[in-house]
Amino acid sequence: MKKLINIYQLGAKELRSLFHDTVLLIAVIYSFSFGIYSAANGISHELHNTAIAIVDEDRSPLSRRIADAFRPPYFRQPQLIAIEAVDAAMDSGLYTFVIDIPPDFEKNVVAGRYPELQVNVDATAVNQAGIGDGYIQNIIGGEIREFIQGFRGPAPLPVELLTRVKFNPNLTTSWFVSVMELINNITLLSMVLTGAALMRERERGTIEHLLVMPLTPFEIMAAKVWANGLIVLVAAGLSLWLVITGLLQVQITGSIPLFLGGTALYLFSSTAMGIFFATVARSMPQLGLLFILIVLPMNILSGGSSPRESMPEILQTIMQFAPSTHFVTFAQAILYRGAGFAVVWPNYAAVSLIGAVFFIAALARLRKSITLSI
Amino acid sequence: MSGMPDDIARVAGLSHRYGKVFALAGVDLRIPAGCTAGLIGPDGVGKSTLLALIAGVRRIQQGSVAVFGGDMRNPRHRRQSCPRIAYMPQGLGRNLYMSLSVFENVDFFGRLFGQSRQERKWRINELLTSTGLAPFKDRPAGKLSGGMKQKLGLCCALIHDPDLLILDEPTTGVDPLSRRQFWKLIDRIRARRPGMSVLIATAYMDEAEGFDWLVAMDGGRILATGTATELKSRTGANDLDTAFIRLLPEEKRQGHQSLVVPPRAKDGDGPPAIEAQELTKRFGSFTAVDRVSFTIERGEIFGFLGSNGCGKTTTMKMLTGLLPATSGSARLFGQAVDAHNLETRKRVGFMSQAFSLYTELTVRQNLLLHARLFHLAPKRIAGRIDELVGRFALGGYLDVSTESLPLGIRQRLSLAVAVIHAPDMLILDEPTSGVDPVARDQFWELLIDLSRHQGVTIFVSTHFMNEASRCDRISLMHAGRVLASGAPGELISSRNCQTLEEAFIAYLQEAERDDMAVSAPDAPLAGAARERFGGNGAPAPAFFNPFRLLAYARRETQELSRDPIRLVFALLGTAILMLIFGFGITLDVDKLSYAVLDRDQTPESRVYLENYAGSRYFREKPPLTGYDSLEQRMMSGELQLAIEIPPGFGKDLKRGRQPVVSVWIDGAMPFRGETMKGYVQGVHLDYLSQLALSASGGKPRLLPAGIETRYRYNQDFKSVNAMVPAVISLLLVFVPAILMAVAVVREKELGSIANLYATPVTRLEFLLGKQLPYIGISMFNFLVLVAMSMLIFRVPLKGSFPALACGALLYVTVTTALGLLVSVFTRTQIAALIAAFVLTLVPATQFSGLITPVSSLSGAAAVIGKNFPAGYFMSISVGTFTKALGFHDLTAQFTALACFIPVLLVLSLVLLRKQEA
Repeated sequence: MKKLINIYQLGAKELRSLFHDTVLLIAVIYSFSFGIYSAANGISHELHNTAIAIVDEDRSPLSRRIADAFRPPYFRQPQLIAIEAVDAAMDSGLYTFVIDIPPDFEKNVVAGRYPELQVNVDATAVNQAGIGDGYIQNIIGGEIREFIQGFRGPAPLPVELLTRVKFNPNLTTSWFVSVMELINNITLLSMVLTGAALMRERERGTIEHLLVMPLTPFEIMAAKVWANGLIVLVAAGLSLWLVITGLLQVQITGSIPLFLGGTALYLFSSTAMGIFFATVARSMPQLGLLFILIVLPMNILSGGSSPRESMPEILQTIMQFAPSTHFVTFAQAILYRGAGFAVVWPNYAAVSLIGAVFFIAALARLRKSITLSI
Repeated sequence: MSGMPDDIARVAGLSHRYGKVFALAGVDLRIPAGCTAGLIGPDGVGKSTLLALIAGVRRIQQGSVAVFGGDMRNPRHRRQSCPRIAYMPQGLGRNLYMSLSVFENVDFFGRLFGQSRQERKWRINELLTSTGLAPFKDRPAGKLSGGMKQKLGLCCALIHDPDLLILDEPTTGVDPLSRRQFWKLIDRIRARRPGMSVLIATAYMDEAEGFDWLVAMDGGRILATGTATELKSRTGANDLDTAFIRLLPEEKRQGHQSLVVPPRAKDGDGPPAIEAQELTKRFGSFTAVDRVSFTIERGEIFGFLGSNGCGKTTTMKMLTGLLPATSGSARLFGQAVDAHNLETRKRVGFMSQAFSLYTELTVRQNLLLHARLFHLAPKRIAGRIDELVGRFALGGYLDVSTESLPLGIRQRLSLAVAVIHAPDMLILDEPTSGVDPVARDQFWELLIDLSRHQGVTIFVSTHFMNEASRCDRISLMHAGRVLASGAPGELISSRNCQTLEEAFIAYLQEAERDDMAVSAPDAPLAGAARERFGGNGAPAPAFFNPFRLLAYARRETQELSRDPIRLVFALLGTAILMLIFGFGITLDVDKLSYAVLDRDQTPESRVYLENYAGSRYFREKPPLTGYDSLEQRMMSGELQLAIEIPPGFGKDLKRGRQPVVSVWIDGAMPFRGETMKGYVQGVHLDYLSQLALSASGGKPRLLPAGIETRYRYNQDFKSVNAMVPAVISLLLVFVPAILMAVAVVREKELGSIANLYATPVTRLEFLLGKQLPYIGISMFNFLVLVAMSMLIFRVPLKGSFPALACGALLYVTVTTALGLLVSVFTRTQIAALIAAFVLTLVPATQFSGLITPVSSLSGAAAVIGKNFPAGYFMSISVGTFTKALGFHDLTAQFTALACFIPVLLVLSLVLLRKQEA
């Protein structure tokens, strides 16, 4: 009972300190509001404003028709350039696509001579090139067919393909990016807040002050975990409600309480990691450098920014030990696919286990860390 | 020197404030030349500010300062007089570089003053010999004792034969023997160079007795000036301490009376409060505390007297259980000290050296927090707090944030917090350092009251002699050992001395004789250097001197090479991040898991599905059993793709009835979903082509024209080919910028930035000198990254390597300059780190073409992209790697990068101050 009171009192002090630190508070508010909003609207994997040029050697109604078919928002207004200018323009990255319509293209199409039209793709713009190629094929095909048949639509095929996209039918990027940004920010802020809180106490000597009082390291750490975890959890909940489902109109399929419950477990492990690294580093700047080397990989390799199955096996295996991987997995399962507890419990267990390991490791180090020179 | 005015410095109407606080309030002062002048007064009365203003390292806000007869507001005069002034800031070794050796430190200053190798060697040798530092030439400054650090600081200050030596509290926290040696050294130097003026601030009144002329200061004003004798006779006091208190204005002296310590009533029952036996603490090879034994009786005031770093704090920490002892034992109230014993802790109150309460909380909140943590009964808390507030006179400050309290009040609050649970024992580690004499006496009144009236045992450490003499018994500590223990009177009489200080020195000398015979050798021939090397010991001031620049570059390299964490980050950081980004930011979509719901199970359906099984993009999982399992397995994320072949597919196909194959795609990750859609379409079309081929033997034509896609530059269309060169650009902006920013701000935090203010080095030399090593490191990183790209990621370099390398050189010059600019704005390393991180990473990942090509950006994003260097180097990197480009094709990018350099440097130069604000 006394233990619980101590943990409560110390945590309340932690909250008071945080509300006093305007800079950190602004960082939290910014990351969970504007930060998420701008990321959702800024990073786009969709085709947007793609720079395209056309070399029209045909100058026929059909070639003009093709040129006119490329329109915003997917494409910028196509630029007409001469064939000699193609190499230099592509070398300097002015256009991702350059379409070359050969002389007598229309005539040959009408005559059924099957002419070939060339699409030059700057394959160094991997994302745009990959998605844009399909769009361009469809647009040109549609224009040619309409020109010949007088109507749009494909010729009948022996086997039809019906593609359905589950969970995000229109493949809206902002649905994905906003939630993943939320997850990245949860990782970053929970670790930074807790780590910095302990480091500040070490640098100011208040941690020694606590350790000579009738308090145990467990109580001191548990207080930091609940207080900083709570701040991030509340901020994340508000962000999910106001920014993600409110402002950005993202459709959340699954149970938000289930997700927040899992987030609480995850916060236990991320705050424990923050404390652990604050016992390893010797000063605030060292902690900062350490966090860069730890938080960046945790966010990038956890599957929140690019598909995990395409990474090398060894990296996938290593990342099984990072709690963020499990967090991303269950967050995607719950929020996008509407999964229930039966599906996500293994991830919950993994997150708790990793958290416990770091918590115990930090507990073992806390006393020792104060002897490290600052 | 001829033509020297009678006053070395004249100060008129000088006021200086920090925020709302006045450090100096209208000071008028003339300091005579050719003598040792001392500023006396406690901490925070404006001594340091006055010295910094006279030295020219702080900008004058109001009033005037003339040194050597010239106006210190005038930058020209400052530049000319700078080589004639030496300034040693407050704090042990504040202007030194702790990781550099003794020799390297002095050598660095010699280089800053443009001395030749020969001259430096001669001077350093002479200075180190005369200060007794010669045997420790190769020891890092950080590992010197406090006294030695101050001697080294003095060597650095004297390397250029200054005419005015300004020392800010050079002996605070130094043991009395070293202090005495330090003053003898100053005397000898003055004897050889009588023309030199010395200006010293000190908080020790006994030292000030030996100065030629004194200025007593309080509250930013001058109380009195004159010789020590004059001051004493004016106030009718026997010593300067009393004289100073009598000079104070009436309201400050209020209630102050000479402190009387009533004798202790003996009560010998029970075990002693503290019993330490052979306590030893080693950190690695360094022995901080060496076989210390002592016993403290209950109700006694026991003092530890010793210099900074002599092991007082470490011993106290062992007694509180904060540090485990390496060997030996300690008992509190008869019980062995155990870090896990919460019961003993309730009987002890502890006050650590630095103020360690929560500054963000108010006085009341701090008291409440501790009352609750000690589990005082809730009903008693309010009463107890009232009682303490009354006794410690905190009434006026209850709801004030502790951050804004004066030091003396803070210490009273710390004590109040330490006794809130009415402990039987108090352990106080230097509770009064930095507190003015009146507040110190008030603090001691409280201690005496606790001891004599409440029977609290008090264990206190101090480096003030007069405080130690108030204790019942003391231990003299030096270099981790207890030299002697006993009542102050006994110790004095046992060495036949007059004062405790003399006794302490006697004990120290005995100890040193046992250790090693370091007798201070003869004084240096400091004046001779001028005749030998000509000039006045300093080169003509110049705007730009490459040697000073190189001195800074050299020192930065030495420092960096001795800081393991920064070094690892500098040399390996990019390589580690390259592995992570290179493998992590992949835009390849492959190894997609799929499962099949084949309701037909005919040869025709199997032919259709073979196309998936054969593709490198897909991996087959066990087949689906129905819609339920499809739903379930896609929901868990096990499958990214599900394919359903309808019943009768084979039959319908043969009869031309257009069967429909259904495909479900996981759209949770939109970019992957979009790509998968394309793959599925492709597989389907392949199948149709095969179908047509086997039916007609001809090529199927779904369109009347062919569309040929030519993937240029990256024929295999692998993400790694584009991503790796782009990542090089990303890493070479953010790692160098962070390292650079931290490197400059570190000097601000550690205080060595003072050397920029106090030596002839110009801002440009300082900035470029700091930048040079990081350009080198970044180029090393660049080579490592290129090698990694080619060897690990197998991305061939198709274009010109010289072009790439030149681009990289320009680029890292720009990115380190960006770090410099960040460092000018920030004050703490952590702020510099975060600012550099955020300011580089966001524009470099979002607006420089990493994911979205620059050509597709619009609005603010496009503007940021164009005004940030990363995009230009990304073009160079991607261009040379994948597009086989050379110098000629990249002229525009080179020009753009080159333009950033002068702009950033000029901005940093303009914003960096050569004087402190």
